[in-house]
Amino acid sequence: MNENAMIEVTNLSKRYAGRTAVAGISFTVARGEIVGLLGPNGAGKSTTMRILACYLPATSGTVHVGGFDVFHQSVEVRRRIGYMPENNPLYLEMRVREYLKFRARLKGLGWRRSRERVNTVMEQCGLTDVSRRIIGQLSKGYRQRVGMADALVHDPELIILDEPTIGLDPHQIRTVRQLIKGLAPLHTVLISTHILPEAEMMCNRMLIMYDGKILAADTPENLQRLVAGKNQIIVELAAPAAALRDCWSQLPEIEYFDVSASEGEYQRCALTPRDGLDLRPVVFALALQNGWVLRELTRNRHSLEDIYVQVTQPGEEEENS
Amino acid sequence: MRIFLTLTRRELAAFFVSVSGYVIIAAVTLLIGWSFVVVMTNLGSDPSPMPVTEMFYGTYFFWLIVLLATPIITMRLFALEKFSGTFETLMTAPVGDLQVVAAKFTAAAVFYLIMWLPLLACLFVVRHFTDQPATLDAGTIGGMYLGVFLVGCLFLSLGCFASALSRSQMAAAMISFVLGVSLFSLGFLAQAITAPTQWKTKLLSYFGLFDQMNDFAQGVVDTRTVIFYVSLTLFFLFLTLRVVESRRWK
Repeated sequence: MNENAMIEVTNLSKRYAGRTAVAGISFTVARGEIVGLLGPNGAGKSTTMRILACYLPATSGTVHVGGFDVFHQSVEVRRRIGYMPENNPLYLEMRVREYLKFRARLKGLGWRRSRERVNTVMEQCGLTDVSRRIIGQLSKGYRQRVGMADALVHDPELIILDEPTIGLDPHQIRTVRQLIKGLAPLHTVLISTHILPEAEMMCNRMLIMYDGKILAADTPENLQRLVAGKNQIIVELAAPAAALRDCWSQLPEIEYFDVSASEGEYQRCALTPRDGLDLRPVVFALALQNGWVLRELTRNRHSLEDIYVQVTQPGEEEENS
Repeated sequence: MRIFLTLTRRELAAFFVSVSGYVIIAAVTLLIGWSFVVVMTNLGSDPSPMPVTEMFYGTYFFWLIVLLATPIITMRLFALEKFSGTFETLMTAPVGDLQVVAAKFTAAAVFYLIMWLPLLACLFVVRHFTDQPATLDAGTIGGMYLGVFLVGCLFLSLGCFASALSRSQMAAAMISFVLGVSLFSLGFLAQAITAPTQWKTKLLSYFGLFDQMNDFAQGVVDTRTVIFYVSLTLFFLFLTLRVVESRRWK
């Protein structure tokens, strides 16, 4: 067993009656990493997290957290993880400090230690001002922070957050994001989300899940590179459409092009290069040679959005092509 | 043990931070007061050799309270947590299933005992105005409260079981009410059917909760009855535990 691995998942699958939620996935998460579990709704992210948090048993496969088996050494595992479920359920009738204190005690912290930790996490999550308020009366952003404070209160090695930023406004998302980033070196964090830019900003590594399987697992940068080969460029030139079409079809570097009329005499062209070449110098030289006015020349930087769409919908892509 | 106490404290506090706890206590106090008035009126018109506590059970108010209040006390325990999702946060904390079940049941039992306190006040009123300490000796009251407690525990464990089965509080209350009424009426079944075989009647008579309670009210603590209640309570708590655990083998 790998000493440095916080989570080791081997061939994990989970079947509900008549439906496979997770179909034989394997992955490892090293200590100190922030890993994003990404996928559309119903991809099996929450199920995977629930299994990791010992709430649901796996149908087959093994899961180790910090070297302990989630099924046979469930209590040991639960002591080491801080888990915030989807939708962040809380006891709405309790007060913030009271709730965190209760959770700290429940997680086995002594009286003094729990008081210390509650103060620390309340400060960390910006809850000091609302410590006496009833949770049910707090705004969603504060409730989310209470949920995170609960996950952190026993200073766990592994923090599992299921959709931590769902339903928050942009400002609150930024706060939560900073909070998560701040946990990195000391804690291992596994978060799930279906919002890409978020994962891109927070995670060292991303696992893309679709239909119960992991389709890609890499750093955001590498995933970029994966699709960067097909970089398309957008050109806007003042030239006759026919001349442009001629020109593009003669260029060997271009695999596919599309010309459409833009305002005035400008034509908007989308060019797809062969073998991932950078077409921009070629286009510039051509414009110069023909004396065409060039007003736009951009390379479509593939965002993770594209990677996401590409890997999460393989079936549809094949059907279309 | 620490976790058990922490959980019990929270469960108990949950009764008192919501309106429902006070509504139950108010309703039960009203019913107790009512039955007290009925008992006193009867006592005033014709003297009776029975202890006051036993007369109290003669009014049926007691069973009404037990049958109605216990489902309402217990319906929240598991169903609400499952419904709101807090069950997931609870069970992913390092707590044992047994601790959770025991804590929830204990909290319900403590609340149930608190709910019966007004009855004690009624009995003190009787003592104050009759000047007859013999009518209310410690044995009778002790026996009565033990009976109240044991019967309550049985019905509360039924309620725990029903609550663990369901995600809806309403459904939980209904299931436990139906189970409770069925169990209660088993005793009457023994009287109603003319014994086809000896052992069947005998078996049914063990479920005669009504008669057993009369014994308790007279201050008679029958070991058989105590064992009957305790074992049945434990049985339903065991079933509750299995339901809570079932998550792991589903």
